[in-house]
Amino acid sequence: MSVVTRIEGQPIALSVHGLSFAYSEETPLFERLDFNIRQGEFVSILAASGIGKTTLFRLLAGLLAPQAGTIAIGAEGETAAAASKLGKIGYMPQKDCLMPWRTVLENATLGLEIGGTMKREARRQVLDLLPGLGLEGTENKYPHELSGGMRQRVSFLRSLLGGGELFLLDEPFSALDAMTRMSMQEWLLRIWEEHRKTILFITHDVDEALFLSDRVLVAAKSPISTLTELTINLSRPRSYEVTMDEAFIGLKRQLLGHIGRGAVDFEGGRT
Amino acid sequence: MRRNVMAYVPALSFVLLLFFMWEAGTRVFHIPHYIIPKLSDVLISMWENGMLLKKHFVITLGEALLGLGISALFGSLAAVWIDSSSFANKTIYPLIVASQTIPIIALSPIMVMWFGYEIWSKVAVVILFTFFPIAVNTAAGFRSADPDIGELMQTMGASKRDLFFKWKFPSALPGFFTGLKMAAAISVGGATLGEWLGGENGLGMYTKRASNMLRGEAVFSGVLLLSAMGILLFLAVQWLESLSLAHRRSKKTI
Repeated sequence: MSVVTRIEGQPIALSVHGLSFAYSEETPLFERLDFNIRQGEFVSILAASGIGKTTLFRLLAGLLAPQAGTIAIGAEGETAAAASKLGKIGYMPQKDCLMPWRTVLENATLGLEIGGTMKREARRQVLDLLPGLGLEGTENKYPHELSGGMRQRVSFLRSLLGGGELFLLDEPFSALDAMTRMSMQEWLLRIWEEHRKTILFITHDVDEALFLSDRVLVAAKSPISTLTELTINLSRPRSYEVTMDEAFIGLKRQLLGHIGRGAVDFEGGRT
Repeated sequence: MRRNVMAYVPALSFVLLLFFMWEAGTRVFHIPHYIIPKLSDVLISMWENGMLLKKHFVITLGEALLGLGISALFGSLAAVWIDSSSFANKTIYPLIVASQTIPIIALSPIMVMWFGYEIWSKVAVVILFTFFPIAVNTAAGFRSADPDIGELMQTMGASKRDLFFKWKFPSALPGFFTGLKMAAAISVGGATLGEWLGGENGLGMYTKRASNMLRGEAVFSGVLLLSAMGILLFLAVQWLESLSLAHRRSKKTI
């Protein structure tokens, strides 16, 4: 087994090699898929619904086992299952998945609790982070008292504290209205620039992928065997203004070309 | 709290109206006391037999509570078993559901044969009545646990213990309380039936004996007290529920 641990001198956060997977008796979703993510990188995978994005995340989070190939996480190149046991993966599912019987504070400490952090210490860590995430004063509220955007922030905070090296975000903003989504995207960029964690972000929204990422990986057809890469060399920090720039439009044109417009019907792509 | 009290006002006023109509109706239409006694006579009878009724009340309440407690314990254990083992889910669970087609009342005399005329046969009848709603509703509660939360916890490295106590158990609590509320309401009926089948004590026995003597006001005073007991047990469970499900309470106040 050959595990890549560095690309161009930069340490690797995730290395997928020869990955194949199919649900039993169904056509395969992935065939000998390869890709790497560097540490501290923000990478989006852009694909249409139903092509296997969520399955990919379940594989990366160790909830499913690959039928062939390897998934190596972090510098030590652990398997997905082992890394997730060690709390090295922060998984943020599509739904916020907050526990209705727990307050914001108790929800956010879930990952730390499972990792064995003392309750008081876990609470202190959450309380320190709440203001920066725009959640100040909500610690004793229950999820049903929060707006959709705020629930997603709590969910993100929980993943942030629950996992160490690699963050998997599965269309976290797809259920939000357009205005909230925009502000959440800017919010996520601000948090990411502050913490510089490695993020792998799944989306079917072209603008979202372009706006957030260092690189966009496009999965155009099923089964996914190659991902077309597009480097987004827009300067950071970015604000939503950038989406009106010539450079952004140019990249978008390029990206839509990769997808092969018409071949796949994209949802939610704003123009 | 004030809001809660206010919520009961319409129902309580209606009950008072019914009581008034009861008193007025029996007086106006001269209904014989062994058909429907006057409410005032019932209250007088209740007052005069206060000590005796109190003793019987405590005994029936004890039977109902004991049966409820045992059902709550074993009903929820059965639910845990049904949820955690696919074997139990396929064999025991359908059996528990199917067992409801057996007329429980017909089974009750067996409890007397097995446990005699002391308190345990009454407790057994209460269990017969209350085990099912608790087990089935708690099992449904376990089943309602959001699998996505479970998976998320697995990616955080959760152990089986974590999964049970932080995810399954809290998810099942609302179902458990639904079952317990239903059980609380019917437990008094179970205890009453148990007393009819044989025994010397309890409000069920008191009403049966009074009815044999055609003492309408005594029968009705027993029935009123049994109803009050059912309501009290139900409210007690509701109170317990509101203590343990704090997030539900906050939902009401928005």
